[in-house]
Amino acid sequence: MNAMSPLLRVHNLSHAFGSLLACSDVSFELHSGEVLGVVGESGSGKTTLLNCLSARLVPTNGIVEYDLRDRGLTDIYSLSEPERRFLLRTDWGVVMQNPRDGLRMSISAGGNVGERLMAVGARHYGEIRGTAEEWLEKVEMDLGRIDDAPKHFSGGMQQRLQIARNLVTKPRLVFMDEPTGGLDVSVQARLLDLLRGLVRELKLSAIIVTHDLAVARLLADRLMVMKDGKVVETGLTDQVLDDPHHPYTQLLVSSVLQV
Amino acid sequence: MTGTQTAAVAETAAPAAAETTEDGYNFAYLDEQTKRMIRRCILKAVAVPGYQVPFGGREMPLPYGWGTGGMQVTASIIGANDTLKVIDQGADDTTNAVNIRRFFARTADVETTETTGEASIIQTRHRVPEDPMTEDQILVLQVPQPEPLRSLEPREIECRKMHAYKEYGLMQVSLYEDIARFGEIATSYSYPVMVNDRYLMSPTPIPKFDNPKLDSYPALQLYGAGREKRIYAIPPYTKVKSLDFDDHPFQVQQWEENCALCGAEDTFLDEVILDDRGGKMYVCSDSHYCARRRAEGHSGKLSGSAAAAYAAAVGADQPEKGA
Amino acid sequence: MYVAVKGGEQAILNSHKVIAEERRGDPAVPELTLAQVKEQMQLAVDRVMTEGSLYDRDLAALAIKQAQGDLVEAIFLLRAYRTTLTRFGATLPIDTAKMAVRRRISAAYKDLPGGQVLGPSYDYTHRLLDFALAAEEGVGAPQVDMAEEPVDESIPRVTDILNHEGLIEEEVAADDEARVADLTREPMEFPAERDMRLQNLARGDEGFLLALGYSTQRGYGRNHPFAGEIRLGEVAVAFEPEELGFPIEIGEITVSECQMINQFAGSAERPPQFTRGYGLAFGHCERKTMAMALVDRALRARELDETVDYPAQDEEFVLYHSDNVEASGFVQHLKLPHYVDFQSELQLIRSLRRRHDEEQMEAAE
Repeated sequence: MNAMSPLLRVHNLSHAFGSLLACSDVSFELHSGEVLGVVGESGSGKTTLLNCLSARLVPTNGIVEYDLRDRGLTDIYSLSEPERRFLLRTDWGVVMQNPRDGLRMSISAGGNVGERLMAVGARHYGEIRGTAEEWLEKVEMDLGRIDDAPKHFSGGMQQRLQIARNLVTKPRLVFMDEPTGGLDVSVQARLLDLLRGLVRELKLSAIIVTHDLAVARLLADRLMVMKDGKVVETGLTDQVLDDPHHPYTQLLVSSVLQV
Repeated sequence: MTGTQTAAVAETAAPAAAETTEDGYNFAYLDEQTKRMIRRCILKAVAVPGYQVPFGGREMPLPYGWGTGGMQVTASIIGANDTLKVIDQGADDTTNAVNIRRFFARTADVETTETTGEASIIQTRHRVPEDPMTEDQILVLQVPQPEPLRSLEPREIECRKMHAYKEYGLMQVSLYEDIARFGEIATSYSYPVMVNDRYLMSPTPIPKFDNPKLDSYPALQLYGAGREKRIYAIPPYTKVKSLDFDDHPFQVQQWEENCALCGAEDTFLDEVILDDRGGKMYVCSDSHYCARRRAEGHSGKLSGSAAAAYAAAVGADQPEKGA
Repeated sequence: MYVAVKGGEQAILNSHKVIAEERRGDPAVPELTLAQVKEQMQLAVDRVMTEGSLYDRDLAALAIKQAQGDLVEAIFLLRAYRTTLTRFGATLPIDTAKMAVRRRISAAYKDLPGGQVLGPSYDYTHRLLDFALAAEEGVGAPQVDMAEEPVDESIPRVTDILNHEGLIEEEVAADDEARVADLTREPMEFPAERDMRLQNLARGDEGFLLALGYSTQRGYGRNHPFAGEIRLGEVAVAFEPEELGFPIEIGEITVSECQMINQFAGSAERPPQFTRGYGLAFGHCERKTMAMALVDRALRARELDETVDYPAQDEEFVLYHSDNVEASGFVQHLKLPHYVDFQSELQLIRSLRRRHDEEQMEAAE
């Protein structure tokens, strides 16, 4: 692999729902080990963009290329559906805002983490359980809960379990949609700490969609600011947040400061 | 179309004559066109072992869930020279087995038998015979629910994708959950199998005791689901593996007792309640197998006369009674 | 010694004799004739023909008599008979605009071309048991007076009237040449197209559809229906034999039809307009056609880009569970012996309990 070639390359991506343009003409590159934050208020097209990037929504226009381990940069929508589904449960991870969408709520924590391993052929119960335990520890969960179903967990714990479930196959790229949304502030802080640690330790590449600039500052190397489906500003996180150029970004930043 | 069929159709306007139409039905009830359609589906099923082939199932004169799929398969492959055996729960004399046997004796006028070795076709519900079958025989299984993934994924469209893409991780998760919760895989029947390393398949509600028989079985196995309109097959000598974990290998049921009638040690046993104070005994579920062993002089712990009285009461005393 | 019930041919034959005796009831009471069923239990006959999907009043009457009035069983009898019939081909679509109308109402307009024709209906009867019907001498031969004016020969459909203004979607005239699927010859496939769906619903259990249709009205998939038009009457059936090359009329059948008109806010592809839900049944099955139309419209959620949140909108749920012959068979198959599987479960439960006890013992030590 060429050290200079990006992990993900997006070119002129647009998506419309009927006549409504949800996101328009987005282009960027993401390199290995980089964390990109996509910020903007709700309705700005962030989640649509994330769905298009993560092979879950065919964009109306544009190309999304990913550096597949065996064939280099490839248009992900040229892959067959099973290839895309395989990618999604091996080399990629998707952490949903609502854990209900990302977890099997009536399957035990261990089963939730082990599912990806079994999907790629793991057939040793002891080893699967061992790996699940390792990951539950990594996300700071009580091992005594390994056989409990997440429907009985707190929101923060569900989110940690979702992260473990995604990272267990050591994905290279993780998509996160408001990973701390809907959590109490103190729970958010712990989760952010955990995420920051994991991203560094595992040298993860990630795209994080959030409306929360504090989350963006803590996790992202670079930021992309979206408004009405368009990217209005990009740059290094500190640069964008400390010296915003676009009036919308300025408004976003100032509104946070006022809080 | 045969002449008698025309007669049956012509009689639609004269309901008083309805009882005479019984003789107007085609050989083995289904019309030849339908049988051809079903045979084509069977061929496809044999070519892709374990794959569920959708077929235009017909309404049979027996209720859905009572073996209409198996009956349609049997009706499509049976010829005048065939000898048919029908079992339910392993026994030839259970009401449903009797009823289906009666149906084919009446509509196809074929020989019927209770002897496993004499049958060219055996239609069964919930059991695989204890006696080995041969390449010259066909085993037809009645299937209530063909989709092994149904309990995990209710959507048909999604299930078909999971099969097409061989995405069976979720099935393995359900076994993982069993071990995590119970210490063992808590599935005792309809135990899922991988056929020819490709398709996940439900072996129908046979007890898992019978699963090992399916592997490299000399006889052709045909599975018919009438209500769900699916046919699938396992050709002779095909690899059939019951799902498990390396450190929790698949195991079959075992009994501490032997058959009280014939003394067999290695058969699937039914529990027979003897009184309301917990008294019970175990007898072979395969009634023909048990009767044959007794005819050969084997006996179990029940004394000779008691065994004979019991066998007479349940009609399992005539190993050679045939059609 | 207690032993399992012995199955067997004799038991089955005896059971049949028992039902024959029970079916006949008290021999002092005259035996029911098929003509009586056909003439005096018409609505039962209509339901059996509809869900049995065979238009034959005599056979339906026979099935009802044979099933002792159990309509689901009668439907099953008719279906099983129907399978064995030879198909000569498909008739041309019937044209309900040319129906000889006996009843026709619209809830969407006060008056409209062709008028409101109340016709036979229980709607405005007071549901008081009529003891005159119980009288020994019977009711004689009640007769209704002729109307002053005859009903129009051809009455335009309400949906066609609305269509002049473009306020309602066009009837899907997808492809006249396209073959219509035949549910009785090929398995259902998902996503199901409308031809398959309507066939399934037409054969579907009235009670099931009624409950589902009702659920949409109570908010489980609301689709804002108006009973645009309900009509009952006779339509001609035409068949075009290949060797002739032109259609010939082969008879007429009685049908009930319901066209629901439903509000629709519009989507990216479609302007706001009314949409349709459709119900059709043999004979007089008005309740069935209304429920069917509600469910048909609910099942168009996917096509109209509406979210699918409720059972009535879920096509796999509805279409897989609507058939009462399938449902009745499978529910009742639980009566068949399952003792091999039950034995397996007994073994399993015992083993799990043993393990549980051992763990408790260990924990106690």
